[in-house]
Amino acid sequence: MSELNQEYKPLIVAFCCNWCSYAGADLAGSNRLAYPADVKIIRVPCSCRVNPMFILRAFQRGADGVILCGCHPGDCHYTTGNYYTRRRMSMLFSMLDYLGIERERTRVEWVSAAEGAKFASTMNDFAKKVASLGPNKRLEDLRCKP
Amino acid sequence: MQTVNTQTLIERASALLQDGTVSAVLGWKRGEFDYDMTPAVFTTAEELAAGFVYNDFCGANLSKYLLKKTREIQGKILVFLKPCDTYSFNQLLTEHRIHRENAYVIGVPCSGMADIHSIRKITGEGIARVELTEGGLLVHTLYDDAPVAVSYEDAMADRCKTCKSKKHVAYDELLGEEGDVLDSHRFDEVAKLEAMTPDERFAFWQGELSRCIRCNACRDVCPACTCEKCVFDNPDSGVENKAPGGDFEEKMFHIIRAFHVAGRCTDCGECSRVCPQDIPLHLLNRKFISDINKTYGEYQAGETADQRPPLVNFTQNDPEPSDVVKGGHDHA
Repeated sequence: MSELNQEYKPLIVAFCCNWCSYAGADLAGSNRLAYPADVKIIRVPCSCRVNPMFILRAFQRGADGVILCGCHPGDCHYTTGNYYTRRRMSMLFSMLDYLGIERERTRVEWVSAAEGAKFASTMNDFAKKVASLGPNKRLEDLRCKP
Repeated sequence: MQTVNTQTLIERASALLQDGTVSAVLGWKRGEFDYDMTPAVFTTAEELAAGFVYNDFCGANLSKYLLKKTREIQGKILVFLKPCDTYSFNQLLTEHRIHRENAYVIGVPCSGMADIHSIRKITGEGIARVELTEGGLLVHTLYDDAPVAVSYEDAMADRCKTCKSKKHVAYDELLGEEGDVLDSHRFDEVAKLEAMTPDERFAFWQGELSRCIRCNACRDVCPACTCEKCVFDNPDSGVENKAPGGDFEEKMFHIIRAFHVAGRCTDCGECSRVCPQDIPLHLLNRKFISDINKTYGEYQAGETADQRPPLVNFTQNDPEPSDVVKGGHDHA
């Protein structure tokens, strides 16, 4: 095995809202802005669609970091969806912290359709942060190991 | 020792059955053991006289049973509620899960309930008989010749030691006097955990939650868990295994369980009471309550029957998730 393959690469799941962040990711691509290939994007109709279980499940199945991107507060396509997301995720992340789980592995970021550059920089920054934390052990499920 | 006796309750219930105000009574009867008082439905005065009990082991919160019983039974149901149970009752009304006109609530005073987990810590296993006397409990075990005396204070459930309220927030009539909301220091234990390092917290919860056998008793008893179909009944839920793996699966189950009632949990503590593994589950729910109080303003679920729960509400200036760590005090 080459040295390159042995290097630890974090697996990151990004939930992106269809109306803002997913388009932002598209723009980052069109503008040829680089962001890590370890970021796997899952498109959701609204950031509010993301059930806390989605996030925990991603971790359970081996994700090292989960980031949730949505429209800026006040800009939600469905008017108020992201306000609910904000409250829910605040509570969920605080609970992860309470259980002694590194809360840096989770993040919420508001990225609009025009912010391709922000999308790329957010992903670069988050991937760096997660890589520095190393493989996710506290959130992994032994039964889900390949 | 409770301040009202079984006889007073039976007399009042029989009278209401006889004059036709109610068609059934929701109360407690003796289960298999002295310390196992289980919820029961009574429809005649004879049944009440034969089986109804109210003592220090009647910790069960009867409000959830209204959900099913008000659909099965025609007419009003008489239900005896302790102060903390009335909060759950109000919460069920808020969520339109029960109708006020189907229930006749008699508020019963409660001086704190005894808990078998607390008693076992003092006497050990093999509890055969428990006598409730004026001065305290006399616990007969298989392995001791003489009964062990336990005071009511020591026998009390953890949730009752930090009782939040002796006030009935909903009732049709009250037995005894109206109590007050107490200054309970119930968040002290949460604060103690928050003050630990992440590694210590992880070790603590690993130790507690890895005992979970997914019996779902915490869900079944919870008056806030009223979904007809539950995510945990899905065999592909990802948390369905019964043998503890000692990894994230048990934690995921408990995070989701607590999250589903976040903002609606009245902190009645039933989850911890029924846990066969004695896991302090109420500490997870309390964390959410404490976070909500600190971040979105003081909120007591079930205080009145017309509140909007904080997690189905928002303001435009809520703090960002990155700013809410340990209840919004520290910044990431």
